[in-house]
Amino acid sequence: MNRRDFIQKTAAASALAMGGLSLSSFTSPTIKKITILHTNDVHSHIDPFPADDPKYPNMGGAARRSAVIQQIRQENPNTLLLDAGDIFQGTPYFNFYGGELEFKLMSMMQYDLATMGNHDFDNALEGFKKQLPHAKFEFVSANYDFKNTILDGLVKPYKIFIKDDIKIGVFGLGIELFGLVEKKNYQETVYNDPLGVAQDMARTLRHNEKCDLVICLSHLGFMYKDETSKISDLTLARNTKDIDLIIGGHTHTFLTKPYIEKNTEGKEVLVNQVGCYGLNLGRIDFYFEEGKISSKGKTIVV
Amino acid sequence: MTLARKYNTAFQRFVLFLTIPLFIACSTAGLYNTRVEASKTSINATLSQDNTIENYISPYRDTITKALSAVISYAPETFDKSKGKWNTTIGNMLAEATFKKADKLFYNSEKKHVDACILNHGGIRSIIPKGPVTQQTAYEIMPFENSLKVVALKGMQIREMAAYIAREGRPHPLAGITLTLNSENQVTTITIQGKPLENEQTYYIASIDYLIGGGDNMQFFATNEGIYDLNYKLRDLYIDYFKETDTLPVITTQHIITK
Repeated sequence: MNRRDFIQKTAAASALAMGGLSLSSFTSPTIKKITILHTNDVHSHIDPFPADDPKYPNMGGAARRSAVIQQIRQENPNTLLLDAGDIFQGTPYFNFYGGELEFKLMSMMQYDLATMGNHDFDNALEGFKKQLPHAKFEFVSANYDFKNTILDGLVKPYKIFIKDDIKIGVFGLGIELFGLVEKKNYQETVYNDPLGVAQDMARTLRHNEKCDLVICLSHLGFMYKDETSKISDLTLARNTKDIDLIIGGHTHTFLTKPYIEKNTEGKEVLVNQVGCYGLNLGRIDFYFEEGKISSKGKTIVV
Repeated sequence: MTLARKYNTAFQRFVLFLTIPLFIACSTAGLYNTRVEASKTSINATLSQDNTIENYISPYRDTITKALSAVISYAPETFDKSKGKWNTTIGNMLAEATFKKADKLFYNSEKKHVDACILNHGGIRSIIPKGPVTQQTAYEIMPFENSLKVVALKGMQIREMAAYIAREGRPHPLAGITLTLNSENQVTTITIQGKPLENEQTYYIASIDYLIGGGDNMQFFATNEGIYDLNYKLRDLYIDYFKETDTLPVITTQHIITK
């Protein structure tokens, strides 16, 4: 036995001893698991792409997505299903039905929450409001102020979920509408600075509401190479604290795995986005244990 | 030395393992996030489908398919934007249809007539094949959600527009306006509604939001005397035009004349 092997075996023995200690210290060493599923920029893609599509042949499709979601929910009932905006626009389903079927299918799939993308304003605030009765899930946006619009009170800044006694706070962020969406479509919606709003929201959720998990549902875009001043999910992650996960959209970014960024406290923030058109379903599993300090012992497997 | 240091590290870890569970863990009742795992599922043909969802979609899909495939006009020949250096039959027809619809709407709301129309060659996304024309055809030639607008431009700006067209060297769809280019592709004459262009006169030009916003580098729209939104999507305009046109006209008018 060389010295290196010896060290490894000693470490293993310590770990075993550790396990024994843990078991004897607590009656039930429970590990809780929260699964976050997410989509973004589905853009009314309800049917799979045709088999002869040059880019995404036979990919996507709401019926397949639903089957995957059901299976995951069966494995872990403590699952949240989120969408990061741009549900509307992209196929005749939207042109013919104005988003009715999109909302109905998302309700059937038991989406828990969504935020608004710029295209969700395409039929103006009236067009969005008209479809809301078809959505059994809510919309959140913390930086769009709808006070002087018909959406006043219908879109909240954040929502808190409790799953297996784990408190999860989710807030929404939307992109600047000026120059991207016609004024007649967003009307008196006020766009507030996402960074300041995110800091307030994260503090509220983490410290006032005592959330175990803080998630930002963003339609800001993953990153902008040429526009360093333009806020993106990456700059948001770097310049805030108390956020665990940013689920993004808008830039149709196909990340092979979540990006891990350090926040102002040097803690890891996960930033994820799964492309567009319902081609992928993103999944993040958070494991919680009683009494272990998070900043020292967190393992991230991506 | 190196080995000794490694040994120390392992030893420190051992202490840490003991310390945390004994002193921190048992003194707090909180829950801590100790592990995160990420993965994604590609939604593809290997997956089974939820039949409840599929059956729910079905009647919506059928209605759309039926509406999109209903014959609403007839193309006597194939309209192809690649056929023609400066003028194309598809460009002429679409610009003419847009011009007429815009003029009618604009006169109703503003009591003024539209003088000309410009669209972009790149915006025509498909051919119109010879034979039956359907709503699907309109979605294919115009998959985008752009809408119709009228811009008031001074004659000087129309000169900028003409210079842009000559410089670009592409058959952008035009109606109501005729340009003559010399052998060096410089604009020599511009007529609008058959009359020579007046620098100080205000002209009303029909186009789409994308181009008026500077799309396809159409910067000349930026200096304008006002923009009027006609609340009409270009695709809907084409669908309405097809519905009321039994046989699509083959228009061979030369809007750009080269000498």
